[in-house]
Amino acid sequence: MNTQAIPVDNGVNVEALLGAREALTEAPEGAKFTWRASCNWMRGTHSVTTVRGFFGLGEEQSHRTEFSLDSDHPEIFASEDKAPTPVEIVLAGLAGCLTAGIAAVAQNRNIQLHSVRATLEAGMDIQGILGIDGDVRNGFDGIRVHYDIDADASREDIAALVAQSQKRSAVFDIVTNPTDVTVTVG
Amino acid sequence: MKGVTERAQRPGSETVEVVVIGAGHSGLAMSHQLSARSIEHVVLERGEIANSWRHERWDSLRLLTPNWLSRLPGHRYSGTDPDGYMSVDEVIDFVSDYALAVDAPVRMQTKVTSVAPMDIGYRVQTDRGDWLCRAAVIASGACNLPEVPAISKTLPGNIVQLTPHGYRNPRQVEPGGVLVVGASSTGLQLADEIRRAGHEVLLSVGEHVRMPRLYRGRDIQWWMHACGLLDQRYDEVDDLGRARRVPSPQLVGSKERTTMDLNSVSATGVQIVGRLAGVRDGKAQFSGSLRNVCALADLKMNRLLATIDEWIECHGGSHEAGPVERFDPTRLPRAPRLNLDFGSGEVRTVIWATGYRPDYSWLKVPVLDRKGLVKHVGGVADAPGLYLIGMPFLRRRKSSFIHGAEDDAFDLSEQLAAYLRTLPVRPGTRMAI
Repeated sequence: MNTQAIPVDNGVNVEALLGAREALTEAPEGAKFTWRASCNWMRGTHSVTTVRGFFGLGEEQSHRTEFSLDSDHPEIFASEDKAPTPVEIVLAGLAGCLTAGIAAVAQNRNIQLHSVRATLEAGMDIQGILGIDGDVRNGFDGIRVHYDIDADASREDIAALVAQSQKRSAVFDIVTNPTDVTVTVG
Repeated sequence: MKGVTERAQRPGSETVEVVVIGAGHSGLAMSHQLSARSIEHVVLERGEIANSWRHERWDSLRLLTPNWLSRLPGHRYSGTDPDGYMSVDEVIDFVSDYALAVDAPVRMQTKVTSVAPMDIGYRVQTDRGDWLCRAAVIASGACNLPEVPAISKTLPGNIVQLTPHGYRNPRQVEPGGVLVVGASSTGLQLADEIRRAGHEVLLSVGEHVRMPRLYRGRDIQWWMHACGLLDQRYDEVDDLGRARRVPSPQLVGSKERTTMDLNSVSATGVQIVGRLAGVRDGKAQFSGSLRNVCALADLKMNRLLATIDEWIECHGGSHEAGPVERFDPTRLPRAPRLNLDFGSGEVRTVIWATGYRPDYSWLKVPVLDRKGLVKHVGGVADAPGLYLIGMPFLRRRKSSFIHGAEDDAFDLSEQLAAYLRTLPVRPGTRMAI
């Protein structure tokens, strides 16, 4: 047993997060964020989505740089496969959100992470999107996420990290609960 | 003459040091402590003693705490079944006996319609005249109104909607399926008895607190009491806001001392579904977070049991306690259901077991937070001379239990007495020496 405490460092600034939580409890208006993306069709099923600005803490904010994400479909869909499919990007969003949450919760609970690896799998019956069977939904029939985590913590504590991360995850909420979507045409 | 008569009949205002609002166990415990400190007071009660217990509880309800633990300052259970759980009638008797025993100055059938600040103290208006007091104690309870989510308004009109305030027993439920929303102790108990009465039941489950009724041969509350968990103070917990919002544990007080959890109700045929996330096109949508809320509850239960095991180990009680137990994880269907079509006729009744909230519509003191709850520090409200008692984790984890009133009333009456001493002496007041 080490007598010298080695500070846990998962690269998460928990003090800043806790400070923000406290400040936004006092000023809940600042907690209202708006996320934005814009998407340009390139050709076929290939599109490029860019993100840069967003709104939060009462004012316009900006990423340090503009990011772009390509999306396309594989060749078996008669596409050119220039990029991941949008549904794979949804899985990437879920994995990214849950994994970031694990790091933050681990830091807050003083748990040193050594490695975190998630593998995700989602089933889909494409009879839905092809309009073959109206009883088949378009989207996933389920998502399975598996984590392999090496950390200085018991099996139970690691399970609790993963559970807490789901409880606080935006993308987990977005995929598990309905969201009202408005689509307009200019 | 008519005008004179009217004036004479209209109740005037009386003056008193302290007004306690509500003659439930909390208000009576506070009255007892104020009397012990010779502080003049009156307890105003909208109905009768223990009014909520008389009119706003379902028939089969029993306390979640065992009888030996149900006590009030100077008053304890004296019956023959210390390990049992009081029925509603027994609670009414217990609290009424207490009011008599402590000779509480209760004004019954006196409904408070307004509490407003004065330069010093408060004007308490009732349907039977006004009271002017220097301090007031809100003991009107945490469960005045059922908390029903806004989506209840989007349900089709042919669906009967009930709340635990209106629900009495399964006989009042129309034939057909029932969706019980909420799986804390209320929702679980209602789902269980309605299923046993022969209805198809869906139970919509969000975050919940799972615990066994008995652990290692004793009531779970016995261990929580012994370990000091129930005495944990409001200034000792990391996240007080969360501690105050924790739903009531999945417990039931039954003669058989059985454990009621999602596994036990699904064994009787209750269908477990996720949190009710929305209603769209006449269809209920259940959240896909069900596995995680169950995983969280299982993990937290095991943490509680581990805390108890450690305590037993530390206190050398292993030989007296039963063997260490761990319970099966919550069993869920392979593919939990995500939808319910209200148009299909499968479900005729929805019961909102989604919690309760206090009613402060009469409180004209600017002390409510954005959620409509009184801002307070350990029961000392954010207004001079205003106190709150009987709320979840007010001062201790046990604050919302009957036996939690004793310590809270002692502490708060002490603070209230100190506050009164800072005020100028009111002419004609009988002061305690």
